[in-house]
Amino acid sequence: MEKLINDFSFGLFFWQGIILIILIVLLRKFAWKPILDSLNTREEGIKNALESAEKAKQEMANLKADNEKMLQEARADRDEMLKEAQEMKKKIMAEATEDATEKANTIIAKAQETIQSEKKAALSEINEQVATLSLQIAEKVIKQDLSDDKSQMELINKMLDDVKAN
Amino acid sequence: MQNFSITKFILSLVVFCSLSTFAKGDNESKGAVDSKSEIDAYIDHHLQDSYYFNFWSDGETGEHVGFPLPIILIDDGLKVFSSSKFHHGETVAEVDGNYYKIYHGKIYKTDAEGTISLDEDNHPTNSKPLDLSITKNVTTMLLTSVLLLLMFGSLAKNYKNSQLPKGFGRVLEPLVIYVRDDIAIPNIGEKKYRKFMGFLLTVFFFIWILNLLGMTPLGVNVTGNIAVTACLALFTYLITQFSANKDYWKHIFWMPGVPVPMKIILIPIELLGTLTKPFALMIRLFANITAGHVVIMSLIALIFVGKNVYADTSISLALALFISVIELLVAFLQAYIFTMLSALFIGLAVEEHDHAHDEELETNEII
Repeated sequence: MEKLINDFSFGLFFWQGIILIILIVLLRKFAWKPILDSLNTREEGIKNALESAEKAKQEMANLKADNEKMLQEARADRDEMLKEAQEMKKKIMAEATEDATEKANTIIAKAQETIQSEKKAALSEINEQVATLSLQIAEKVIKQDLSDDKSQMELINKMLDDVKAN
Repeated sequence: MQNFSITKFILSLVVFCSLSTFAKGDNESKGAVDSKSEIDAYIDHHLQDSYYFNFWSDGETGEHVGFPLPIILIDDGLKVFSSSKFHHGETVAEVDGNYYKIYHGKIYKTDAEGTISLDEDNHPTNSKPLDLSITKNVTTMLLTSVLLLLMFGSLAKNYKNSQLPKGFGRVLEPLVIYVRDDIAIPNIGEKKYRKFMGFLLTVFFFIWILNLLGMTPLGVNVTGNIAVTACLALFTYLITQFSANKDYWKHIFWMPGVPVPMKIILIPIELLGTLTKPFALMIRLFANITAGHVVIMSLIALIFVGKNVYADTSISLALALFISVIELLVAFLQAYIFTMLSALFIGLAVEEHDHAHDEELETNEII
């Protein structure tokens, strides 16, 4: 211990102190500060780059998912539309058929009505003619001398022939 | 490819360092250093600071290869002269009518003949001028400072051009990140570490490089010097005290959660605790590095003490190489420990603690 104290050189201590202070000041200014700063900037940069890469990856995945979703939706839309069109077609066709049937039915009904009325008209006309004819025959028969039966029958036949010819 | 070059680098480092220890062995040869006491004296001398930057000396011819360093004394005014005036401690230097002599590595004021009067404990009674010389250790520290400024200045400049370091910066950058992520942030905390990075990084690299320089053939021993480690520890102490928050002082002067008489007893204990922490820092670094130097030099000295040159040389070689590799590790480890503990002490002083943490703090303080 005594040797240690004896060996203690104040000059060395003094210079060491001065050198160390100057060295710390100089190195701080010219070395440590710029070195640590640029290390920090670099690390910060790497961190940011990694983060943004991660973010981009996430966004990419999101985008992909979105695309997929949109595609799915489009597909569903298309299917829907096709289905609708199909239905529409069916509906239109059904309506058309119905319409046509209805129209046909009305036409048939009308035709039948016409036929009926025509028939009625024809029947009544026949009735009339038969009546007239009967009257005429009767008249002619009356006008002739109904002298003999023979001539009477002839007349009747003739008149009937006339009617038949009509 | 990169792995290969790293291995190459480490290998060359190991080879270089082992060579350097042997070169140191050569330094030692000084002609006639071969008895145990001479070797003891030589190792002792190596561990001390010096007024010359000697690479090697030839003991027989008295020739020294190196360069003298400036001596700065404060003794009735500032006296600046070259250490070459002492002729390696052999002569008395005369400056402005005052006479100085180096005795056991220290400068004493003497008369013109250079008489050193000793008391009964063999301590000189001559007066000692205030010695602020630029010694070998100071020169080495300056060299280290320049090295640090060049290395990290260029790394800082490198970042201006590109985000990634080039060349040697690739070695330095992970070390800086290491100090930040493994020393500063875990001990001080994410929020406050930034303020102390300047001190921690500087101290870490300063100590490490000085430790490594101690393993080169330059034969310097800076961090194994108590004055240097004391100064480093003092810095840690001052930074800790000045950045401490209210909680820290409260725990020293009025420990919460204990009875009043205990609070009073705890004040001096806690105050002493603040001092023992940096004191331990100082002793740890000093002792580790000094021990390393002593062990390596002693192992090399085996060659010169032993009778059988070949056997001793091979044993000495193997052991010195082994210890050199360990010392390489210790060089890093001590720089790491010093910085780590400094960060820990600072962290304790700036920590916002709730009282549940007290126990944990106590265990930390024991370290």
